[in-house]
Amino acid sequence: MSGIPYERLKAFEGRTAAATGAGKDPVNEAMIRHWCEAMGDAHPAYRGPDAIAPPTMLQAWTMGGLSGHTGRFAAHDELFALLDGAGYTSVVATDCEQEYLRPLRPGDRIVYDSVIESVSECKTTKLGTGHFVTTRMEVRVDGDPEPVGTHRFRILKYAPVRTEAPVPGDAPAAPPERQERQEPAPRRPRPVINRDNAGFWEGVAEHRLLIQRCGGCAALRFPWLPGCRACGSAKWDTVEASGAATVFSYVVMHHPPFPAFAPPYAVALLELAEGVRMVSNVVGVPYDEVRIGMPVRLEFLRVDEEWELPVFHAGPASNGRQAGNGLTGSGG
Amino acid sequence: MKAGDSGPDVRAGDELPKLTIPITRTLIVAGALASRDYQDVHHDAELARQKGAPDIFMNILTTNGLVGRYITDHFGPTAVLRKVAIRLGAPNYPGDTMVLSGTVTAVDGTTARIRVTGANGLGNHVTGTVTVHLGAAR
Repeated sequence: MSGIPYERLKAFEGRTAAATGAGKDPVNEAMIRHWCEAMGDAHPAYRGPDAIAPPTMLQAWTMGGLSGHTGRFAAHDELFALLDGAGYTSVVATDCEQEYLRPLRPGDRIVYDSVIESVSECKTTKLGTGHFVTTRMEVRVDGDPEPVGTHRFRILKYAPVRTEAPVPGDAPAAPPERQERQEPAPRRPRPVINRDNAGFWEGVAEHRLLIQRCGGCAALRFPWLPGCRACGSAKWDTVEASGAATVFSYVVMHHPPFPAFAPPYAVALLELAEGVRMVSNVVGVPYDEVRIGMPVRLEFLRVDEEWELPVFHAGPASNGRQAGNGLTGSGG
Repeated sequence: MKAGDSGPDVRAGDELPKLTIPITRTLIVAGALASRDYQDVHHDAELARQKGAPDIFMNILTTNGLVGRYITDHFGPTAVLRKVAIRLGAPNYPGDTMVLSGTVTAVDGTTARIRVTGANGLGNHVTGTVTVHLGAAR
């Protein structure tokens, strides 16, 4: 496996992956019935003389099947050949976003156009190292310019690592992780407290978020360090953060799960009003509605009987602490 | 919020009853073939192992179909799917069980948005959001 210069991959963005590809079969009752049988879906709209196809079949009508695709553009094949050649030979789908604009019915002949929307930089995942490729497809019925649906699809093209991942079927009754769930709830990792950072945790215990200020040059610093990175002075005092902050950047943690953390959740780099940045959770808003630039406000979240942690609640609310708001706010 | 004068009473914050789906080898293979997905990792355990997986695993189209079914099963015959956006995490391997759960996050007229999670023994197999039209007055 060898790295591919990212500019070579980036150049594929915006290129056509398929132009007026045609579904191999028209929408038909047999494939709808096979789908519904496999899914255990007994929705009455998918049966009878006025049947519509299950909307989630959208992609199925565009699949190449055993005989493969025809009508794909060179860009798609070139990109995949480039990735294959670099050792990223395996593929796994990670995301699918579909919008259904009108129903498909037996007899409809499917045509589709697809564009390579993005190719990620090289990423290392639990499966292996590779590149995420996102395509966006518009699906129409032949002869009608209006789309019936859109389909954004993300795959990981990767070089597999050999893992001894657990096979649930091998477990006697339940997978190990499930058995663990019967035991007392796992606790968050404990912080390592020493003389260099004890003042920070003492502040947290008093619901104060303390930033270090250099005694030599007055530069603020966070996280806590024994000396100043700007002037080298070992003297310092503290400034209490006002609690106002904005989301500077964030990631959403989906997998793998860690004990005491229930994915998905947002991990954010917050920029405090004082100018320093810290890593924490954003609460009070669904994980997928966290945005860069979002104003947030400090609050303290009790994570178990021993620890409270500084977290950031979405919204510039004037009262920093809102009782009853936890990690699972049901936003609107 | 009420969904409409004569529509179903659906409110933000409503929790959907959980749906437990045994992940059988048959379901994985039937779903892959019904979705015309002949990638070997969805039907050939030996080739799946060569590619770093411990066994065959469910394809995303089947997950998509099951999420759609979960929503329309709950909201009934008049429910029409508008959007399904999902992200996969822990794979669905044979012998595992996936439990689908959902929470209504927003209701706008006769359209509801539901956050869906499907958890298996390894973690969350799928997280996503479904937008569904609840159907005309009955």
